[in-house]
Amino acid sequence: MIKVANISKKYGQTTVLHLENLEIPKGQSFGLVGNNGAGKTTFFNLLLDLIQPTTGAITNNEIQVDKSEDWKPFTAAFIDESFLIGYLTPEEYFYFIGELRGMNKADVDTFLEPFEELFNGEIIGKRKYLRDLSKGNQKKAGIVAALIGNPEVIILDEPFANLDPTTQIRLKKLLKSLTEENKTTVLISSHDLGHVTEVCERIVVLEKGELIKDIETSEATLKELEGHFSV
Amino acid sequence: MITRFFSLQWKQFFRSSYWQKSMALNIVMVFFALYFILMFLGLGFGLYPLLKDKFPTQDPLLIVNGYLFYWLLGDLLMRFFFQKLPVMNIKPLLTLPIKRSSILHYVLGKSAISFFNFLPLFTVIPFGVILLINGYGAAVVLTWMFLIITLTLITNFLNFIIESKSAETELSFLPILAFSGILFGLNYFNIISFNDLVGSAVNSITANSLLLIIPIGMLILLYYANFTLLKQKLYIDRSLKAKTEIATTTDMAWTRRFGSVAHFLQLDLKLLWRNKRPRSSVFIVAIGLLYGLIFYPNPVYQNMVSFYVFVGIFVTGIFMINFGQFIPAWDSGYYKLLMSQNIKYKEYLNSKYTLMMMSAILMFVISIPYVYFGWKVLVVHFAAMIYNIGVNTHVLLYGGSFNRKKIDLTQRAAFNYQGTGAVQWIIGFPLMFIPMIFFYIPYKFINFEAGIATLIILGIVGIVFHEKIMKGITKSYINTKYKMINAFDQDS
Repeated sequence: MIKVANISKKYGQTTVLHLENLEIPKGQSFGLVGNNGAGKTTFFNLLLDLIQPTTGAITNNEIQVDKSEDWKPFTAAFIDESFLIGYLTPEEYFYFIGELRGMNKADVDTFLEPFEELFNGEIIGKRKYLRDLSKGNQKKAGIVAALIGNPEVIILDEPFANLDPTTQIRLKKLLKSLTEENKTTVLISSHDLGHVTEVCERIVVLEKGELIKDIETSEATLKELEGHFSV
Repeated sequence: MITRFFSLQWKQFFRSSYWQKSMALNIVMVFFALYFILMFLGLGFGLYPLLKDKFPTQDPLLIVNGYLFYWLLGDLLMRFFFQKLPVMNIKPLLTLPIKRSSILHYVLGKSAISFFNFLPLFTVIPFGVILLINGYGAAVVLTWMFLIITLTLITNFLNFIIESKSAETELSFLPILAFSGILFGLNYFNIISFNDLVGSAVNSITANSLLLIIPIGMLILLYYANFTLLKQKLYIDRSLKAKTEIATTTDMAWTRRFGSVAHFLQLDLKLLWRNKRPRSSVFIVAIGLLYGLIFYPNPVYQNMVSFYVFVGIFVTGIFMINFGQFIPAWDSGYYKLLMSQNIKYKEYLNSKYTLMMMSAILMFVISIPYVYFGWKVLVVHFAAMIYNIGVNTHVLLYGGSFNRKKIDLTQRAAFNYQGTGAVQWIIGFPLMFIPMIFFYIPYKFINFEAGIATLIILGIVGIVFHEKIMKGITKSYINTKYKMINAFDQDS
């Protein structure tokens, strides 16, 4: 689904990301871990064509992302709060995103039904604007919005941060079910090694912009990762 | 402690990316400050000779005292709109081992040395020196100068109390406008002559400097009123907390008629209505509508038809210019979302175009009563509307692709230069003056109708080639995409 060929991003003399070759097949749940400054968000930004690569290219379903915009209809992302429109209510935001993905109000309402539990009565029908919600609830709204319209590629940066324990567990279930049922490719990054080994079939470790580990998740993975990061 | 606070302040000022990025803007601000200083200096030096010249039989000091009421009222109004007590900055200090009272004394004390309080000195000192030269007693003059400074500080602290009280209401500026309007009215119609009251109070104080105790007492009282008021509010769930509004939702079904741009149009309308900054640009429209009243009744402009064009462009285009010059910065807060969503740039831009077009038509309709000043006014306004729709909208949209400044929607509008770059200054003038030239040349050499026709034809050409022009503009936006995303990501 996603092919990375010799991509690099430099700011001045410093290389913040350099990936020789990376291929993410369709339907895989792909996890990205690494300390601050490892290049996780940079990779996602490149994938979404929000920054320009210094060299190389990323193709998403055979479409080179910085050449054509045709990857947008089947790709969705939630990177940070700047993906929310603060002066809309969560409902209005969902309808707006739905509209862009060819769903009318009724479609969006049916889509939202299964998330009622996740929202915990704090998001829908509260007469609050997104900017006034707590960080955790903003995140929930953003993640759910990224799922609207059954995209084939879903990119979530740090989806577990700021969420309460109950929601973290629900979100893990949700992400697992996505890759099982739908053949959706899910890319997430996380600082929580436990969560990411639970959700992802494959985990890539970045360090200072370089890929240093590419692991297929197994029983031993969590131990291996903990060993790697406890220096 | 105080020196620490000052070093914090210094760093806040000079390290803000705002300062470092926009030297040009700072130069403009310094220019404004110098301008005001010169104005006040001029007043200080010129007042005495001027009054002596006009009213040779009266005592200039007494005349000045007689009008002090207006000075103070004007001072209060100016402060209300432009001076704010910066309480938000103290949030990080609350958990540090600093006494709450010393934080408050610092904040209040700092407000006493603001530019607003220095400005009057530029008038008061030269005027006082001239009084001394002209043989007034040193005691009288010094008391007077001291009194004025005290009064300035009283207004300073009075303003903060009024502000904190009225901030709780929407349209917070109405109470103060009503209050000062009533005071002005009572005075103007001689029901209660505040002029005389303030004047005689000041006169008796200058005559007997012991009475200075009264204003100084008032000042201390106000300072402590502020202190206690703030002390109650120095909690993050009180004044330091950003207010949450109750959301009102409307589905705006009528926008459906605009087809593919409908959902962006809804978004823009909500943007305008639900955020402080753009909402005030809607209120500016009301001021713009009245702009014609300055020109049309004035016989000086009776025969300067070119000015009608200026007014026409302004009246029918004020919303467009205010809103359009910050496209796409209005959406800067969530620009990354728009860029990674399934969005066609053309539709996004077309929605902005539709909004500007509707505003021009609406403003023209509302401005129809100007026909009272002659049919020519109406014809000029019509031509200006067509020109605005056909030409100025496209210029504004094109200019937007050079926008590199983020806008924080929740900030207020008056004297808010956030998001203003060199582009805005450059683009504002051609929007209004070029149509004047387009009108003036045929008007001068042929006749009025030819001038009007030129404007209308230019506008229609723009409307006919709308699709083509938009294609070019869209390309310009796509070319600058990464730069824009990067710039909107920076906090200023």
